[in-house]
Amino acid sequence: MTTPQTTLHGSGVGRGAVVGPVARAHPAPALHTEVPPPDDVAAAVAEVTEAFAQVARSLEKRAEEAGGTIADVLGATAMMAADPELVGQVRSRIEGGQAAVPAVDRSVAEFADLFTAAGGYLAERVTDLRSVRDRVVARLLGLPEPGVPALARPSVVVADDLSPADTAALELDKVLGIVIEQGGPTGHTAIIAGQLGIPCVVRVVGASALEDGTEVAVDAAAGTVVVDPDDELRARVETRREALATLAGLTDPGATADGHAVALLANIGTAEDAQRLTDAAVEGVGLFRTEVLYLGRTSAPTEDEQAEVYVRALGALGDRKVVVRTLDAGADKPLAFVTRSGEENPALGVRGFRLVRSDEELLRTQLRAIARAAERTGGDPWVMAPMIASVEEAEQFATLARGEGVRTVGVMVEVPAAALRARDLLAVVDFVSLGTNDLAQYTMATDRLLGELVDLLDPWQPAVLDLVAATAEAGVEAGKPVGVCGESAADPAMALVLTGLGVTSLSMSPAAVPGVRFALSRHSLERCREIAAVARAARTAAEARRACLDLVDAQVREVLALG
Amino acid sequence: MAQRSAVVASKVGLHARPAKLFTQAVGASGLGVRIAKGDGPAVDAASILRVMALGVKNGEEVTLSAEGEGADDVLAELVELLETDLDAEA
Repeated sequence: MTTPQTTLHGSGVGRGAVVGPVARAHPAPALHTEVPPPDDVAAAVAEVTEAFAQVARSLEKRAEEAGGTIADVLGATAMMAADPELVGQVRSRIEGGQAAVPAVDRSVAEFADLFTAAGGYLAERVTDLRSVRDRVVARLLGLPEPGVPALARPSVVVADDLSPADTAALELDKVLGIVIEQGGPTGHTAIIAGQLGIPCVVRVVGASALEDGTEVAVDAAAGTVVVDPDDELRARVETRREALATLAGLTDPGATADGHAVALLANIGTAEDAQRLTDAAVEGVGLFRTEVLYLGRTSAPTEDEQAEVYVRALGALGDRKVVVRTLDAGADKPLAFVTRSGEENPALGVRGFRLVRSDEELLRTQLRAIARAAERTGGDPWVMAPMIASVEEAEQFATLARGEGVRTVGVMVEVPAAALRARDLLAVVDFVSLGTNDLAQYTMATDRLLGELVDLLDPWQPAVLDLVAATAEAGVEAGKPVGVCGESAADPAMALVLTGLGVTSLSMSPAAVPGVRFALSRHSLERCREIAAVARAARTAAEARRACLDLVDAQVREVLALG
Repeated sequence: MAQRSAVVASKVGLHARPAKLFTQAVGASGLGVRIAKGDGPAVDAASILRVMALGVKNGEEVTLSAEGEGADDVLAELVELLETDLDAEA
């Protein structure tokens, strides 16, 4: 007889599963500034001095255990906690009648302002200063040390939420899985976990009740966290973990069981992402989002700056394929120097390629930078424009891009109009790439950012599948490549449908590639076509997925936990 | 009062690891050492926050001053430390 196991539910990121002990990360303490001054000033000063000293010692200890870059960062942070000027300022504030917590807060804020004003490297160290503040305040208030604890053994990190700084400080070799109560599947923690292939479940109701050391089974594919898993579940998780580890080690190019090639590519956002792909078993990059180059700036990056980034990315990828998407700003990705304020419907406004209407030079500069990088590295990047709705726009982009020296020109198919007229678009460009997230948003008239409408955004929606099929068919007819670079390419079952429809490449987060590679290798092209046909014949998204899974190989379903 | 100048040799300037090693050495000396960049005001050289906030880059000159027993020797050691590329020694 087994005791009933408690199962918590959330949204899974990735396909992995793992069993391990909980290591809780604690939130930063609230900084109550309206506190009466201490009765006993001498005692308050002694207490705060001791708190700084303890924080310095604990950081120094972690630095010694960590090694490498993390050790240097923690070591410098420990020195900040022991800084005579900082501690001296806090002491004089308390002696002047302030309570300890606001005294710490304001003293740290003064140095933080100084560092922020200096900019650059110093501004980045403000995070370390604030972490000293939070640790000291937590000690003063008798709360557990905030942030991710030092992991003595491989663990499942459980938190209400993780800040980008917390995530960056994770000792990844000891993180078995991540469980967070808040956040979302597109939050930074989920994205990083997805990239690294760490099983992660977000929005887990009840996660904050999990205690340190409790064994949990995390299943990202099912979106579940099982407390105190029994032997049977442990064995199942272990089998899946081993199978996934085996898959992750495979490096063959993507192909169906009968050898029909489907290129497996990665989505990236920076040159550093490209450099991380050096050893990854991907055939190239199917979507290089270039927005990061422009974000958080008050003016556009120069041609030289951009060319330098593209050179690094192309250089890292050697002769592998790279598809660069030109700037996709506007809507949910506003930029100070191009986005218009006051649009009532920014998702339907001047975004993506449409920016060319007001600022053609912005696009020309980017195209020139890409062409220059191609020349310098001897690479042959394909370049595509986002948010194309008409054949005139496709023609205009093709003319601009070829005029600036780009050899292979394409457009994104994200707007139903473009999908319906893909034949005409393909007559003027060399390839198209389906952005299924935006295509679903515009087909279903559903804001991508509204969690409550997530069922309407399902890429299995029959109307979305019809538009994908129309685009793929136009590609087959024209003999030109049709790629997919949205979320749906990462779903192994959908990857079979897309292959059956005639899609020639699938681009996804690198961690999703092994599962898709495995699913493809177990089905013939003919089987993929059958799977695509039953999916398209279904009336609803759920029926489409179900009908597809009924034809998917049983071992693929089990190992990838497709249901 | 003893006074010495030094040209910072660390590639990253007087930041991060070099700043940590320098302020640790000052702390260990037990003397009140101050540091100034160029003609700027002198700050407590044992404070990593003050030292980092000076924003001293590679190749820039700083002036150290100290008082007390053995100040000359302490400053000589500190100058030697600053004129080593501390970031290179992992």
